[in-house]
Parts: sequence; C-alpha cells; structure tokens
Amino acid sequence: MLGPVRGRGPAVRGPRPPVRPLGPATRKRLVPYWLLLPGMLWLLVFFAAPLVYQASTSLQTGSLEEGFRVTWHFSTYADALARYSPQFLRSVGYAAAATALCLVLGYPLAYLIAFKAGRWRNVLMVLVIAPFFTSFLIRTLAWKTILADRGPVVSALGSLHVLDVTSGLGITEGDRVLATPLAVVCGLTYNFLPFMILPLYSSLERVDGRLHEAAADLYARPATIFRKVTLPLSMPGVVAGTLLTFIPAAGDYVNAELLGSTDQKMIGNVIQSQFLRVLDYPTAAALSFLLMAAILAMVTLYLRTSGTEELL
Amino acid sequence: MTESFGGDVRLTGISKTYGAFTAVHPLQLDIPAGSFFALLGASGCGKTTTLRMIAGLEEPTTGTVSLAGRDVTALPAHKRPVNTVFQNYALFPHLDIYENVAFGLRRRGIRSVKQRVGDMLDLVQLGDHARRRPHQLSGGQQQRVALARALVNRPQVLLLDEPLGALDLKLRRRMQLELKRIQTEVGITFVHVTHDQEEVMTMADTVAVMNGGCVEQLGAPADLYENPGTVFVADFLGTSNLIAAEVAEVVESAGLVEVAEHVEADRSSRAGGDLVLTAAGGAKLTLPAARCRASARTGRKVLAGVRPEKISLAHAADAAAIPAGRNRLTGRIADSSFTGVSTQYVIDSPAAAGLVVYEQNIERNTRLRPGAEVVLHWNPAHTFGLDADQAREAKAEAARRSGPSGAGN
Repeated sequence: MLGPVRGRGPAVRGPRPPVRPLGPATRKRLVPYWLLLPGMLWLLVFFAAPLVYQASTSLQTGSLEEGFRVTWHFSTYADALARYSPQFLRSVGYAAAATALCLVLGYPLAYLIAFKAGRWRNVLMVLVIAPFFTSFLIRTLAWKTILADRGPVVSALGSLHVLDVTSGLGITEGDRVLATPLAVVCGLTYNFLPFMILPLYSSLERVDGRLHEAAADLYARPATIFRKVTLPLSMPGVVAGTLLTFIPAAGDYVNAELLGSTDQKMIGNVIQSQFLRVLDYPTAAALSFLLMAAILAMVTLYLRTSGTEELL
Repeated sequence: MTESFGGDVRLTGISKTYGAFTAVHPLQLDIPAGSFFALLGASGCGKTTTLRMIAGLEEPTTGTVSLAGRDVTALPAHKRPVNTVFQNYALFPHLDIYENVAFGLRRRGIRSVKQRVGDMLDLVQLGDHARRRPHQLSGGQQQRVALARALVNRPQVLLLDEPLGALDLKLRRRMQLELKRIQTEVGITFVHVTHDQEEVMTMADTVAVMNGGCVEQLGAPADLYENPGTVFVADFLGTSNLIAAEVAEVVESAGLVEVAEHVEADRSSRAGGDLVLTAAGGAKLTLPAARCRASARTGRKVLAGVRPEKISLAHAADAAAIPAGRNRLTGRIADSSFTGVSTQYVIDSPAAAGLVVYEQNIERNTRLRPGAEVVLHWNPAHTFGLDADQAREAKAEAARRSGPSGAGN
C-alpha cells in the first residue's frame, strides 16, 4: 500500500496511469467533428484536389509530346473566352430555355400532385422519377428515335404546319427537328424535368391548405389565391428547381452531342472535345473554370434578385 | 353592402353528408343579428362543418344559408360577407402582420387600408408589431392578428372556429372577456364554435348544443344549464346527478319555496303540479311537473337530475335539522377533494352511486369525511326530469354512430 487509505474504490489503487483518457465532456465536443470527417475527406479528395489540379492545368503551356509546365499563362482564359464565346452564350441560352420549359411543364404537374392527386399522389411521384431507372444516355438516344426525320412526331408536326412556324423562328430547319436547337432544348428539358418537379412538389406540398381557405374567406378569387398565397409560398421550390435544372443543363454535352449538329455545340461539348480529342488540357481546364465562374455569378445574381433567402 | 354591421344568419334544413356518413343532419337555426351565438359540442359533432357551410368553405348537401335575408347558398366563400377566425389562425407566413390584416381590404380594393389596418391593430393592441412575421409572435398575439384580419373587413357575421383552443388557460380566460368586449363594441354577429362549455357560459348569448350532427338544445347558457332537455346536455354542460326513478303520483303543487331566478319563468306553467318519484332504495323525490321532459304519467320511468352545487350536505346525525319540503337522499361519502373555492364530494346513495356534491368552503364540517353517513337535500324546484326511454335511445344511437362510420371530422 502506498500511503494511508483515504477511502474505498479506485482512488487507492496506486499511481495514476500516465495518459489520462479524454473526459466525457471533451469527447462529446469532438462528436460533430468526427461526423464531419467522412464528408470533408470526400470533398477533399473528389472536389478540392481536382479543383486545384485543374486550376494548375489551366495555367500550363506545352504540348503532349514535350509535356505541360505551369507557366502562369493567364491568356489561355482570354483566348478560350474569345474563341468559344458563341458556345458559351448558346449554353446559357439553351439552359435558360430548357429551365423555363421545365418550369412551365413542371409547375402545373407539381401543383396537381400536391393538391389534387389524392391517393394517386404516390403513383404520380413514382412516374415522375421513373425515367431515372434507365440510363441518361439511353433516354437521350430514345429522343433520337422519337424525333427521327420521318418519324411520327415530325410527320405530325409537319402536317400541322408547326414546323413552318418553328423554322420561321429559327429553332428548326426545314422539315427536320433532329439536329436543330429545338431538339437539344427538348432533350435538356426532358432530362432535367424531374429535378424541377421534385423541389417544386416538396415546397407546394408544404403549403397549408387552410391558407387557401383563409384567403378565400378574405375575398380572394381562386386566381388571386394562387398569385398571392400559393406562388409566393412555393418560391423556395421554384428557386431550387431552376438552379437544379439550369446548372447541370448549362454544362451538359450529351444532349447537344446526340440530338444536335455542329451548329448546336454547347460549352460542354467544347470542353469534352478539348479534353478528349484535341488534348488541349489547358484550354479545356480554363473553359471549365470560366463555366463555373459564369454559373456562380448568375446563381448569385438570381438568388439576390429573387429575394427568397428568407424562405430558403 | 358588406359595410352594414350585423346580419342575421338563417340556416334552413341544412345538412352535410360525406358518402355514407352524415356529419350534419338537416337543421334549422336562426341567429339574430348582433348576437353572440355559440355552437357547442364534442369533436366530431358537426359544429365545425356547420360553421364552414356558413363561411362557404363547405357546400351543404341540402338546405340553404341566408345572410341578412339574402340566400348565399350558391355563393363561393370569397363572395360572402362573412369572415372566419380559423382554429389554427391560418396566418399567411410570407406576409407581415400589417399585410395579413390588410389582405381582405386589398382584395376588395378598399382605399383607406392604412387607416383601417392601423385602427384594427390598435384595437387588438398589436400596433407596434405591424412589421413582424406571424412566426415571430406568441400564440396569443397570433390569435389577435387572426381576429384583426377578420374584423377589419367589417363582416356581417364573424365566424370563430375554436379560436381559443390553442391558448393556455389563463390567456384563454382573458381572450374570452376580450372577445366579448370587442363583440359588444363592434356589434357584429358572432358565431362561435367550441367544445369548451365554460367559454360558452362566459361569452354567448345563445347556445346550440350539438351532438351527432343534430342540435340537442338551443337557448341561453343559463337556461340550458338550469333546464337541460336531454341527458347529453345535462352531462356536457357542467355536471349533473341523474337518478333513475319512476313517477309514483301526480300531486297539486305544494307552493315551492324560494325558486332560483332562471326557474322562475317556469312558474306560470306550474299548473301541472308536482310529480312524486320513487327512486331505488325507496327514496321519494319531488319534481315540478313543468320541469319534466317526459309525459307525467304514473309508472313512467324518468331520470331526476340535480346540479351538484344545488345540493346541501348534512351529517346523518343532523338530519332532523333539515327543513321540511326538501328532497332528501341518504348516502355515504365515498370521496372528497378540496378545490379551494369548494369541496367536491362523491357520495354513494342507494338511489344512485357516485352522486357529486359541491359544498362551498364557508364553514367546513369536519365530520364530512369519506365514510361518513350523510343526507343530501335540495330544493325540489332545482330538480329537473328527463325521459329515461329517450336517454336509452340516445345511448343506443350514439353506440350505433360510433360504430363503422363514427370517425367524425
């Protein structure tokens, strides 16, 4: 025994172990960090590291034979922007058109599912998500068949003289739909529609039906109820839906590749061909950063002006 | 048109069925202009459905709704000169308090929005909260916003759907008085739906007690309390002691002493004399024939009722001191509980088990402890009689309703 016995229990068991285990309070404080760890690792490996790598690539010069070296060649950015600005503008235009179409098609559908579908709600939601069960490529290739030159859709549109109108507007060419802006925008709309509907539905579904009754009780006609109550309350869904549609659509290259011709190339196609065919890595990386910056700027502006920070 | 205050509401043969379930049986109600009318009942009794039919939020299956003499049955909610205070307030979360209150005025294109909203917010004492959002307010404040949002439109009829249900007791009591004050001030017809009988007592001029989609009884709160017409009303509005008895004989009125105020009205019709009832255990009770809902035939089964606060308790040893002419029952105290103002006794009597008596705590009789033999006595004028057969039918009816389709609203 070491010294006098002061009490019972572990206190008298001799010298303390040299390393004290963390107290429960300290351990509790560390819990959030442990929980964050997997996500942070993921971000580091799959987001931060590639970002840094691409940033360095974009500032390199050289060729495939001699190898690339970082030379802080910032003019790659200016050159890329100058050379590919038509594709940039086209991407923004197509993405905006597709987003607008998604909103026009998706809002009524989401509204219907949220307020009128009753017991069909879940069935309809499954139908909205069903396209995800097949591959993105297969779905886009299917549109190639649907819009084929002598297919039923084109024939019908042709005989209804719709194609004359769209040709006049410059979104189709002659009696073709495939390999025109219309085909690419249709493909984008189709592929990203669920990303619009899901957030719209989830925000509409949260709108309390009693608010509609309250508005009706306060002399609002059905159209006014929609304008003054339903629409403002679903704005978070509209904002989330447009972002989820616009951002991937602006960077998409599959739809333009499969449904468009060289005249419908989007910035995604340019990046893809620079990376994989031309093997001009610096230009491809610079274009990627330009696209990212452009989207970030537009999204920031959009969120500022839509004024829904509070609702988000 | 909607600017004139206080319209009367007339429901004619109005009913509502959902598939096989009848929420409201055809009912007839006349609500006078400027009155504070309450629909009282347990949840699922059809009171909210009735209110919603007045508001135009529910289409009646049959019947018509008239407001101030105008048939509005076919008018949609937004065209009716009524406004509602919803149960959970249904304030617009994306608008501030000012815009919530201004909503109805803006929809009707009224010019003096600022003035009227300001006045109304002052009336409900929320003037300095105008730019807050609903979620930043407490329950009581939200309730006042909901009231202001409805009242600012100066509707002919204000509908209140359990507007105080979500508030705590103290706040509820304060808001009850507040609502009554505002109603008197603005003179609008109020139709108030509630399951809180105390709320009805404090506020309403007239009450319709609803049960299973029907109006059981209609009248002033005090009148319903003193003269319940059915077992349901007797039980739902306060507490009643109901004693099964049989009519033994019909006698000339003995000239009952000191009759309560609300019973007084019945005196003229007391020509029918008194009924002498025999209850289980041989006790004889006197019941004014005019206060008996069953036909006064000898041998008829009735339920003799008496309110707990009308009964006095005497220890069995003091029974001799009880004045003559009072109804008496003997019993034993099963339980007593002190509630501050009064003491509540539960007494088992041969005539009926579990009789409830409220004794004011003026001078507490220490001999009135559980186990003590006592005599219950009360003025026969406070006895009311209900039809025992009808009560049995009602019970069977209730059992049938709460069966397959008794979900209610």
